[in-house]
Parts: sequence; C-alpha cells; structure tokens
Amino acid sequence: MSDWRHTIDRFGGVMLLPVALAALAFVAIAQPSTWVTLTVAGLAMGMMIFLMASGLSLIFGLMDVLNFGHAAFVTFGAFIAASVLAALAAWVQGDSALLNIVALLAAVAAAATFGAASGWFFERVIVRPVYRDHLRQILITIGALIVAEQIVLAVWGGAPVAVPRPAILEGSLVFGDISVEIYRLFAFLLGLAVYVGLHLTLNRTRIGLLIRAGVENREMVEALGYRIDRLFIGVFMAGSALAAMGGAMWAGYQGLITGAVGSELMILVFIVVIIGGLGSIEGSLLGAVLVGLMANYVAFLFPKLSLASNMLLMMAVLLWRPYGLKPAVKG
Amino acid sequence: MSDAILRLDDVHTDIAQYHVLHGVSFDVPEGGVHVLLGRNGAGKTTTLRTIMGHWRARKGAVVFRHHDITALHTSEIARLGIAYVPENMGVFGMLTVEENMRLAAYSGRFDGDRLARIFALFPALETFWTKQAYALSGGQKQMLAIARAIIEKRDLILIDEPTKGLAPSIVRAMIDAFREIAAETTILLVEQNFQFARALGSGVAVIDDGRIIHRGTMAELAADGALQTRLLSLSLEAG
Amino acid sequence: MSATAAAGGAAAASRPALRARTGRFVVYGLVLAIGLCLMAAPFLFPEVRAQEVAARICVFIVLVASYDLLIGYTGIVSFAHTMFFGLGAYGTAIALKAWGPGWDAVLIGGGLGVLAAFVLAVLIGLLSLRVKAIFFAMVTLAAASVMMVLASQLSQFTGGEDGITYQAPRVLSPAFKLVTDADGKVVQLFGVRLNGKIVAYYFVFLSSLILFLAMLRIVASPLGTVLEAIRENELRAEAIGYRVVAYRTAIFCIAAVIAALAGIVRAVWLKYTGPEVALSFAIMIDILLMVVIGGMGTIIGAVIGVVVMSLAQFYLKDLMQVAADATAGVPLLPDLLDPDRWLLWLGLLFILLVYFFPAGIAGTLMGKGGHR
Repeated sequence: MSDWRHTIDRFGGVMLLPVALAALAFVAIAQPSTWVTLTVAGLAMGMMIFLMASGLSLIFGLMDVLNFGHAAFVTFGAFIAASVLAALAAWVQGDSALLNIVALLAAVAAAATFGAASGWFFERVIVRPVYRDHLRQILITIGALIVAEQIVLAVWGGAPVAVPRPAILEGSLVFGDISVEIYRLFAFLLGLAVYVGLHLTLNRTRIGLLIRAGVENREMVEALGYRIDRLFIGVFMAGSALAAMGGAMWAGYQGLITGAVGSELMILVFIVVIIGGLGSIEGSLLGAVLVGLMANYVAFLFPKLSLASNMLLMMAVLLWRPYGLKPAVKG
Repeated sequence: MSDAILRLDDVHTDIAQYHVLHGVSFDVPEGGVHVLLGRNGAGKTTTLRTIMGHWRARKGAVVFRHHDITALHTSEIARLGIAYVPENMGVFGMLTVEENMRLAAYSGRFDGDRLARIFALFPALETFWTKQAYALSGGQKQMLAIARAIIEKRDLILIDEPTKGLAPSIVRAMIDAFREIAAETTILLVEQNFQFARALGSGVAVIDDGRIIHRGTMAELAADGALQTRLLSLSLEAG
Repeated sequence: MSATAAAGGAAAASRPALRARTGRFVVYGLVLAIGLCLMAAPFLFPEVRAQEVAARICVFIVLVASYDLLIGYTGIVSFAHTMFFGLGAYGTAIALKAWGPGWDAVLIGGGLGVLAAFVLAVLIGLLSLRVKAIFFAMVTLAAASVMMVLASQLSQFTGGEDGITYQAPRVLSPAFKLVTDADGKVVQLFGVRLNGKIVAYYFVFLSSLILFLAMLRIVASPLGTVLEAIRENELRAEAIGYRVVAYRTAIFCIAAVIAALAGIVRAVWLKYTGPEVALSFAIMIDILLMVVIGGMGTIIGAVIGVVVMSLAQFYLKDLMQVAADATAGVPLLPDLLDPDRWLLWLGLLFILLVYFFPAGIAGTLMGKGGHR
C-alpha cells in the first residue's frame, strides 16, 4: 500500500489526476477522435479558467482577501476585448496574419491593462478598508460586483454582444479523422505560457520568494523587514489583469457574450480554487485542468450533468482533502 | 540608563477588548542575554509582539537606540536591526531551508564566514539546506528560526520560549549556541524554563499580570531561593 | 481625579445608553406598527396589487430573519438560502400540480422539500464548515448555482424556466365563501369580501408570524447566547469547549428549514413557482441587501429591511425615471439613470452602508456598534 503510494508520488502524485480522468474518459467515450476533440476542448477551457483562478487564489493566499468582485474583471475583460476587436474589424478579418495577431494582442492587452488599473482602484477603494473582516469583505465585494455588472449593462446594453475572431485563429488543424480547433490550441498555449511565467516569477525571483512566504505567514515576513501591503497591491493588480485576460480569451472562444459572463464563470473558478487549494498556483492549474476536462467529458457523455459533475468533484475533494489537492501551506 | 539598547516605558497594550499589558517598563542594556520571566499568560509574548509592532501600544513608549519605535510599521522596526524569533518559530514550511535564510539576508547573498559559523552551530541546517522546512523536526525548525536571526548582524534579537517542547539534549546545545550569539549581539529572551534562563541570563525582569514585578541581575535571583519562590511560585518548570 | 470629572464621565457614559434606549423604543415601535399594518393589510389596502406586496413582505420577513440567524449570529455568509427557499416552494408546487389542490399535497410535497433542505444543509455544513469559513461562501454559491441549473434542466418536473402553475387548496381560493349571509352571498366587512382570498392572506400572515416568533425565541435561548459567543471569539469559544462546527451546522440547518417553510407559504400563496420567484440569484441579492439594511444580528431588523427595500424598489425606480428624463440630452447619464439600472444605485448604497453603518438601521438605532 505505502509502496504503491510512494510510486504514485514519485510520478507526480495528485498531478496525475487529470491523466487518470482522461484515461477513464477514453474508455467511456470509446471513439478516439471524439476523445481528442473533447480533451483539447477541456484543456483549452481549463487554461482559460486557470487565468481567472490563479489571481483570485494568490490574492486570497497573500492577504486572506476573498474578492467576489473578481468576476467583474472577467466580464469587463470580455467586453473590452470584444469592443477592441470590433473596432479593429478590418485587421481582424483581413488576410494579413500579422495584422490578425496585432489586433488580437491589442484586444488582450487592452483587457489586461484595464484589469490592472481597475484592480488598483478596487484594492485601494473597495477592499483596503475591510481587511481582516471577512463578513464585510464578502458583502462589499458582492456590492461592487453588482455595481460593476450594472455598469456593463449600461455601457454595452443588455443584448448579447458578438465577438469577431481573428481570421488566423479560425478553422481547425486536421490529422486524419482528428480535428483540433486552432483557437483552442491558442488558448491552451497562452494559458501554458502564463503558467510558466508565473511559476518562474514565484520560484526564481526575490519578489516571488516574498509572495510565497507571505502566503504562508504574512506577519513573519513583516517581522523580517518587508512591507507585505505594498507587495499585495502588485499581486492584486496582476491577478485582476489575468482575470481580464481570461475574460478576453473566453469572449473569443464563445463568440457571443452577455453581461453575466463573469458571474457564470465565477462558479467554476471557485470550484477550481477550492479543489486546488487556496493560495497555490500549481493547485489552480491542477483544479482548472480537472474542471475543464470534467466539464467537456461529462457534457458529451451525460449532457445534463455537466455543472453538477464539477460540484460533485468539489465535494469529493473536500471530503478527501479539506484544504485542497495542493495547499499552499503545510506544517 | 542611557546605555540601554531597548527601553519600554509604561507600555499598555490591549488585545481586542482585553487590557493585557498594564504599564510595562524595563531597560535592556547593550550586550548579553537578558531574560523576561513569567508564568503562562503573564504578558511575555504580548510584550515582544508590542516591541515588534504586531500589537500596538495604546499608551507608553518603546525606544530602540533613541528611536521611538512605538508607532513604526513592523517592517521598519525590523530594518532598524531587531530580529524576532516568535514562539511558533515562524518558519516558512513550503520554502526550503535556504530560501528561509535568503529572506532574512537583506542583501540576498550570504556571507560565507557567517554561514560557516551557523552550520557549525546547527549542522542539521546544512544537511537539509535544499529541503522544504516543513519536514524539519521541532528542534531543527527552532535552529532555523534562530539562524535566520543571525545570518546578518542584528543589534537585538527577541526570542520567545525557544526551549518549549525541546528534548534536554537539544536544550543544552541551544545554551552553547546562545552563548556564542550573545558575544556579538544583545538577546532579549522570554522564558518559562528557569534553568535555561539561569544558564544564560545576565539581567532579568519578571512579569506578572501585565506588570513588571521584579528587576535585577540573574545572579541575585539565582542565589535567593525565597525570592524565586515568591516571584515565580509554582508555575515555572523546575527544569 | 476630581469628583466633577468623574461625574462628567458618568454622564457621558449614560448618554449613549440613553440614546440606545430611545433607539430601541423607536425600533420596536416601528416593527410593531409594521406588524399591525400587515395584520390589517386586507382592510387597509384592499386592492389586489397591495395585497400581493403585503404577502410578499410577510414571507420575506421570515426568509430574511432566517438568513439573519446565520449571517448575524455566526458571521457566516451563505449563498444557498434561496436554494432552501426554492426546495420548499418547488416541493409544494410539484405535489400540488401532480395531485391537485389539497392540504395533503402541501403537507407531503412541502415536507419533502423541507427534508431535502435539511439533508443538504447537514451535508454542506459538515463538509465545509470545518475548514475556513470563507470556503463556505464559495461552496454554498456553487451548490446554489447547480440547483438553479438542475431546476431549469429537469423541466418535466419543474417546468424549466417557465415554472409551474397550479391550484391552491380550495379554502384559499377566491371562490371559497368564508362568511355568508342568509342569501348565501359573501359578507363584506369594511367593504372587503370575506372570501378565500382573505383566508389565504391570513394563512400567509399567521404562518409568517409563528415562524418569526419562533426565531425570536431561538435567539433568546441558550443556543443564541452560544452562537454570539462563537461569533465574538471563535478560538475562545472552542477553548471553553463549545463544539463550534456542531453549533454552526445546527444553526445552518435551522435557517435552512425555516427558509424552506417560507418557500411552502410562498408557493401556496402565489399558485405559481418558477426560478424568478423562488430560486434566482436576484432573490439572494435581495435577501443580502435586506438583512444588511435592516441590521445584522437583530432578527427584528429583518422587518425594517424588508419594508424599506420593498418600498425602495417601487419609489427608486420612479425617481430614476424622472432623473433619466431630466438628463436625456447628456451622454451615458440617462443610461445609468434608467429605471432598469436601479440595482446600480442600490449596490452603491449597499457598499456605503456596509462601510459606514454595518449595524444597519435597527442595529444603529439600538446602539449595537456592529461587530468589531
């Protein structure tokens, strides 16, 4: 028993869960081409959700702040990206691959910039006065979410908004009877790049060292001579920017967005951070990939149980490991 | 009086609605080990936390080398040259031993000589240098916490009950280590273990119910059994 | 210290106490007045629309007060309260639809709904209350949204987005004659016909009153005292030997059951149950706003919160329409002032309230400084 557990740990421990899930799904689906499509879709979705979840998780880990308003960054990111893409329609639909890419990058960058700026505002004005008071924190960030959603409705109207997709990301790559949507591949790669960037920042830089230490014990980091609150505003801005980026990518993925996009995704984001363990980037990635795969497999096998399946997954994880699969704090 | 490195003057501290320190005053002279003795709940930890700025004094002043640090941010207090080893040791479990030490070194680099001396004091730290700290034993975590406080020279080290829960052999090793550390810096030690305190301390203050009830030298207190009984009653461990 | 200074101190100390006493007087008076208005509502406001509002206020007072049991007395935020409300309502509705109008359907269907709410509350409570309280908000939010999706997908039972329409027991229908004169015609009292509609209203009013009084009793009981101790200092309560998780789960279950009972009352009165009236997130937001406006941790604050919000929902919209018309030429401003955007202003109001008056109307008047 313990030998067996040791072997599993050596090959990645809980990080093997998505692989196990994919293998299980392969048997249940029994059509390789469908399985590949679903797996790619699941990974792409997982990576977009990871963008949104990682910031939330770090913000919570570092300052014990749970920001329900995080959903607003996702929504704003989606709508801003849609507006930028619509404004650059000539570039977006043109034949030039370069202009395609420039338009897309402009959209994502606009969303991220707005996310960072509004994150700064949020931290200073909304969250700062209610540090260490969870009840008021939840209430106030919920209030801010309501206001933000209403502003989106006032600015962009209540009707769903169509999101133009750059021509270069349209269509699929085809290998035999397997086809892979290019946009999904792109979303996956972008998410992976962000993960690698975050991972390197956290593990190879002094700022990252301070963040990791702060997640564990904020008071001790201060006793060693560092200002956590100044670090925190940076993390808050980065996390908000990532959420907006995730929203922008999601907008392109869906092609049609409504003002409720952030709140709807937030349910999955919460499930992801609970499964992964609050405060941990690896945990967020693991949770996001699990949730993305689960949602796509179950949507194919039992279409009505998609969201419920992730809920059950969360319940199971909570029973097994109340602090998540990869908690940021140990002994 | 003016040679005191740290002075507390009539410090009152509240935690939530509880009034914990009722006017604590004492001086810590430069150099050596100075001990703050007292029962559980007497206010020892609160005193250290107030010095570090984790709790705010409602009244009174904390003066470090002529700087009034009462209202400073914890990080600024630390940067003035005060290191703190809390009761729970404050070791970052998910960080390696090396990373724990690197955080404490402001320059981001280690002084080779000092590191060698630390390894000589606490060989376990060299053994587990690249391991995550949560895997260390309680005694090893205590060593790491102390090593962090001395990786660069600090003028004053506040240490909260370092012997709590440690085996006697480790406590003896700790005494040697503290003697060596005290040669270059000042230590304010909070203790319940009188034997440990007596082996190290030069000056002593006894705190009870949020007030200092005795100030003097350790030699005096160690020699006067009646005084010990009166001040420390039954609650101190015989050791 | 001179005697005069001491006397001055005593006077200063008694002034807030005095203010709190008057405040308490005002709050109880207000609540009593609202209660009397609700009791006499069919005669004071005979038009159909006003009775709908009065019945809604009754049910929401129970719903909000039960939420206050949770948020005000434990400091825990749950987003599953409409889920429990919906379980009671849907249980009743499905049974009434399937078996026709009858008290047996209300009893069994509603009973099953309450049971489901109880079981879910136990599960969620035991699962997530033992870890960080903040998990609880997320877990309940996730659970509630799953329930919403289920209600819309299992449309053969729930009617999906359209909901279910059904008949209430005959005693409660307008065709039922409560008091008849010699000719067999319905007797009128103060110009109001004493038919089943009156019975239905008093069914709602009395059920709500009983549940509300029961909650006041719970708060005054030793359980309420323990809960307040836990809210003030969790670690200390644990040290004294209170089993914090057990107490929290217990109060969560009580709140869930009362919410489900309120759902039954709502379903019987409306003769319609759908996501909009029994399950939607908008209701959850309403509850949150009402409990904060009224005053967390007071129970009777619920009465004030519900009435203020209900009035605001009507008058704020009217006010905004006026403002929107007045600013018609200005860019963006009319959009922000559109009556459909009333939540925007209510949201801002809510934030300001949580900042500056966390104790709400009742709490501020009664001198409860809000906690911490």
